[in-house]
Amino acid sequence: MAEPIISTSNLELYYGKFKALHGINLSFEKNQISALIGPSGCGKSTFLRCLNRMNDLIDGVTITGTVLLNSKNIYSPKTNLVELRKKVGMVFQQPNPFPFSVYDNVTYGLKISGMRDKSQLDQVVEKSLRQAAVWDEVKDNLYDNALSFSGGQQQRICIARVLATSPSVILMDEPTSALDPISSAKIEDTLMDLKKEYTIIIVTHNLQQASRISDKTAFFMQGKVVEYEQTTKMFTNPENKQTEDYVSGRFG
Amino acid sequence: MIGKAKYSKDRGFSMDNQKLAKQLMKKSKTARYERMGKLGSLAMLLLIMVIVIGIIVFVTSKGLTMFFSDHISFKDFLTGTLWNPGTKTPSGHPAVGALPMIVGSFLVTILAALISTPFAIGTAVYMTEISPKRGAKILQPVTELLVGIPSVVYGFIGLSLVVPFVRNTLGGSGFGILSGTFVLFVMILPTIVSMTVDSLKSVPTFYHQASLALGATQWQTIWKVVLRAATPGILTAIVFGMARAFGEALAVQMVIGNASLMPHNLISPASTLTSVLTAGMGNTVMGSLQNDALWSLALVLLLMSLFFSLLVHFIGRRGSFKK
Repeated sequence: MAEPIISTSNLELYYGKFKALHGINLSFEKNQISALIGPSGCGKSTFLRCLNRMNDLIDGVTITGTVLLNSKNIYSPKTNLVELRKKVGMVFQQPNPFPFSVYDNVTYGLKISGMRDKSQLDQVVEKSLRQAAVWDEVKDNLYDNALSFSGGQQQRICIARVLATSPSVILMDEPTSALDPISSAKIEDTLMDLKKEYTIIIVTHNLQQASRISDKTAFFMQGKVVEYEQTTKMFTNPENKQTEDYVSGRFG
Repeated sequence: MIGKAKYSKDRGFSMDNQKLAKQLMKKSKTARYERMGKLGSLAMLLLIMVIVIGIIVFVTSKGLTMFFSDHISFKDFLTGTLWNPGTKTPSGHPAVGALPMIVGSFLVTILAALISTPFAIGTAVYMTEISPKRGAKILQPVTELLVGIPSVVYGFIGLSLVVPFVRNTLGGSGFGILSGTFVLFVMILPTIVSMTVDSLKSVPTFYHQASLALGATQWQTIWKVVLRAATPGILTAIVFGMARAFGEALAVQMVIGNASLMPHNLISPASTLTSVLTAGMGNTVMGSLQNDALWSLALVLLLMSLFFSLLVHFIGRRGSFKK
C-alpha cells in the first residue's frame, strides 16, 4: 500500500461527556476517493470535521489521538490552522457560497492569504471553475451574485472555491444530499475528474453514490469503524454481518 | 365534531349523511373567531392609517400656509439665513430664513452618525462575534438601559458636563454644534448598536464555517464576510440612528445654544429645526405668521423623516440576501 496522505490513530472525540468517536484508525491514500457511510448520528461527519479541525469551533469538544497529514500531527499545538485548512479543504452539505459575486467567492481563499495580482487571480478563477465543471455555466456572469445560480451550480462554485486554494485533500460532507439527481450526477462526474489531482474523502448517505465513485469505503456505526475495505469488496462481499445488512438495505 | 359523525356508523348511513351535510353548512365557532380576528385587526390598521394620514395632511396644510396665505417664497424660507418671522431682513425680504436650522440639523445628525458608527460596529462585533456570552450578559442590558434613559436626562448631563468641558477645552460659550453632536452620539449609539447586532446575528453560521474552512482567521471572517454580508442591515441601523438624531429636540435644545444663526464653527451657538420648534411653539399665536413659520419647520422635519424611512425601505430591498 502506498504511503497514506492522511491517517488517524486512536482518534477519540467527546461532546462534553458523550463519547462520539471510539478510537478511529483509518488511512486514506493519495488520489483516491474514500467514502464514509453509516446511519445518521454514527459519527462519520464528526470524524470528517476532525480532519481539518472544524470541531475546534464547537464548545465542549475534547479530542484525543492523532491525525497525521503528510506524517505531521495536525493536533500538535504548533499546527498553523490557517495553513491546515488551506491544505485540507471542505465542501459542506448545503451549498454555502457567500452572498458575493462568483468571482469574489472563488478568489476569497486567495485574497485572504494576500494574493492581489489581478491576472493571476483571473487565471485561478477560470482554472478552478473549469475543474469544478461549472465554468461554461457561469463564465458570462462571473460578477453576478453567486446566490442567483441554481443549487447544483452553487455547490460546484463552492467546490471551485475550495480548489482555488489548491488543497491536497478535499473533505466533502454529503455534498449532493441537497441537490436533485441531475446536479448530483454532474458533481459525481466532477469528483471522478478531480481525483487525478486531489485526494477526496466524502461522507454520503447515498450508498449507490458511494459504490459508483469511491475506491475505498468505511462503514461507521455508533462512533466506530465496522469495516474499511475496497468499495467493490464492501458492496459485494463484506466481511461483517452488520455491513452486509447495511449495504443491502436491511437497516439504516 | 366531524370526527364523531364519521365513527357513529351504527346510526345508519342516510341519517349520518344528513347530519354531516348540516354540519358542513353550519358556520363553526372557530370560523367565526377567524372572521372576527380578521375584522378586528383590519379595524386597528384602518384607525392607525387614519391617524397617520391625518397627521400628514394637517402638518402639510399648516406647513404650506406660510407660503400661500402669507405669500412667502420657498426661496426665502430655504435659503434665507435670518430667522425672525414677522420682521424683514435689511435687504427687504421677510426674515423667515430656515437655512441655519436646516444646516444645524444636518450637521449634528451627520457628525453624530459619523462618530457613532465605528463605536457601534465595534461594540456589535464584540457582542456577537468575539465574546457572545459576555456580550449577552453585560453589554445587552447596558445598551437597553441607554435606550431607556429619557432625553431630558441626556440633555441635563450634556448641559452640566459636555458644555463646560467644551468651554474649557475649546473656548467659547460651550454651547454649539459640537456639544449637540456629543449628546446625540451617546443617544443614538444604542439604537445603532442593537440594530447592528440584529443584522450581524442574522448572518448564517454557514458563512462563518465556509470562511474558516477556507483558511481565514476569525478576524478575516468578521471583516470580509460577516460585515460585508450584514452591510445592508448596518446601513439601515445607521439611517435609523440618523432619523433619531434628526428628530431629537429636547436634549439638543439644552446644549446647542439656540441662536438662529448660520453656524460658522462647531463651538458657536446654533440651532436645529427641532430646537427652534420647541423653543418657539409656546410663544406664538395660532394663525400668526410666527406660528405658520414654525409649522413650515415641522413640515421640513416630517419630509425628512419620510425620506429616512424611504431610505430604509430602499436599503432593505436592495440588500435582502438568502439565509
